[in-house]
Amino acid sequence: MTTAISITDLKKTYANGFEALKGISLEVQQGDFFALLGPNGAGKSTTIGVISTLVKRSSGSVKVFGKNVDTHIYDTKLDLGVVPQEINFNQFERVQDIVITQAGYYGLPRKLARERAEKYLRKLGLWEKRNDRSRLLSGGMKRRLMIARALAHEPRLLILDEPTAGVDIELRRSMWEFLTEINEGGTTIILTTHYLEEAEQLCRNIAIIDEGLIIENTSMRNLLEELDSQTFILDSPVEISAIPIFNFEDVSVCKVDSKCIEVTIAAGRNVNEVFSELDRLGIEISSMRNKTNRLEQLFMSRLNENGLK
Amino acid sequence: MFTNHKYIAFETIVIKEIRRFSRIWLQTLVPPAITIALYFVIFGNLVGRRIGEMGGFQYMEFIMPGLIMMSVIQNSYSNVVSSFFSQKFQKTIEEVLVAPVPNYVILSGVIVGGMARGLAVGAIVTMMALFFSDLRIEHPLITITVILLTSAVFSLAGFINAVFANSFDDISIIPTFVLTPLIYLGGVFYSVQLLPTFWQVVSGLNPIFYMVNTFRYGILGSSDVDVYWAFLILGVFVVGLYSSCIWLLRNGKGIRT
Ligand SMILES: Nc1ncnc2c1ncn2[C@@H]1O[C@H](COP(=O)(O)OP(=O)(O)OP(=O)(O)O)[C@@H](O)[C@H]1O
Ligand SMILES: [Mg+2]
Repeated sequence: MTTAISITDLKKTYANGFEALKGISLEVQQGDFFALLGPNGAGKSTTIGVISTLVKRSSGSVKVFGKNVDTHIYDTKLDLGVVPQEINFNQFERVQDIVITQAGYYGLPRKLARERAEKYLRKLGLWEKRNDRSRLLSGGMKRRLMIARALAHEPRLLILDEPTAGVDIELRRSMWEFLTEINEGGTTIILTTHYLEEAEQLCRNIAIIDEGLIIENTSMRNLLEELDSQTFILDSPVEISAIPIFNFEDVSVCKVDSKCIEVTIAAGRNVNEVFSELDRLGIEISSMRNKTNRLEQLFMSRLNENGLK
Repeated sequence: MFTNHKYIAFETIVIKEIRRFSRIWLQTLVPPAITIALYFVIFGNLVGRRIGEMGGFQYMEFIMPGLIMMSVIQNSYSNVVSSFFSQKFQKTIEEVLVAPVPNYVILSGVIVGGMARGLAVGAIVTMMALFFSDLRIEHPLITITVILLTSAVFSLAGFINAVFANSFDDISIIPTFVLTPLIYLGGVFYSVQLLPTFWQVVSGLNPIFYMVNTFRYGILGSSDVDVYWAFLILGVFVVGLYSSCIWLLRNGKGIRT
């Protein structure tokens, strides 16, 4: 399998002396949909900045599709598309011109650049706005414009730094669909996000970065399997008279209110068994949901562990 | 993938620069035209008639090349300094920095954009000048070369200013405190022959003095300086400034953290 990106012992100390990256090593395989998670200030954008050459690294190396970014500048840049965290297009330019200009920087002839601009502006629902000044776009549209711009040269690796920040639920879902579609088309995607549900839905592999170090790097499935328990909120249409007592010691229950209970079930315990037990006790359940997102639970526990070290 | 990708990138930058100053033509093309028109009317026409001759020409004829040169210098400089600084400020510069565009292509594109504005304003001013006096060009080749080199020099200088600027104030300091005095003392309005010897020597230290006079030589056929000297100075400035700009870009000064 080809490695889309390979980062070795990357360190970055900013001019003011702040050490943002303390030695990061990371590999993302071609075709992957990869989540780079971490709290504010962890070093996600710095890492992306180094990959895209906007941030000068202090030491370490970066390879894109096996080629060093220092020695194969043209090839590695052509393979890479970046959607930055902050708006960085000229707010006075027209939407269409922004994409065409970007394509021009990558050497696409004018005609091809126009075709690509149309293709991606249509896909991202911005074609109607193509002649508007970009500052007139809404926040979510501006994010989509940056995605269209990053795709103009059809890179093999797309890195998105919080693409869905400030995007409404409906649009977020359509953006997910779009990203899934281009990932299925063969584009490797790396994404940072603070919406863990998003990472859980989309990504197959994951790294968690905290204070400039990678504290977790595994597949989403492995990580979720490490959850030692899950907590569900169960609603009943009628009042629950007494808290049910289970015969299993790895299940605990507490009452939220008269029609609602919270059940914590250890990993390995079959949820079916809990329901048949509830049935036996004569407790009717009308709906259930996870108390917290599973990934969120793990994320918090990892950060806490790291904080204690 | 695309063999002529560098040329396409260069062209893209130039088109973008031209689109920028054309979009804001009320700020970029009109004010210099109005200012210079006022100079023509007031100094050339009204005051000039009383002055009579300067350096062997009607005063109007004498100041015309200087005023064209002044507009080219100011507009080349200010186009690059404001365009590049605002790209830095808005982070738009990142668009080109993440793309496979070599530094010399970025620089050349921005510089040619600045020259385009300088020459566009120069052309507007020249057309206005035709209302006030006849224009015959004695040495077309010298005229064209000196104007191209001068606008390149001041585009490059504007670029350096933009690289070091950290605020919008920083991009007006040099034009106000350095450029304008050098232009006014560079023999736009008078022949240095009128000055005492000491000030003639001092004028000789001002590079703009050579550019204005060579341009005047190209148009009128008479000059206070040796034309070869002037081209040598222009050449040294172009090469020196270009190399400095490339060095600044390579080190990412002010653009890569
Ligand atoms: N130019 C800079 N100079 C000095 N310190 C910086 C600079 N840029 C970032 N930092 C610091 O580096 C650290 C990492 O920043 P970075 O932007 O990479 O975080 P992040 O993980 O992307 O956070 P967020 O989720 O908030 O976007 C932060 O402490 C930040 O203050
Ligand atoms: Mg960030």
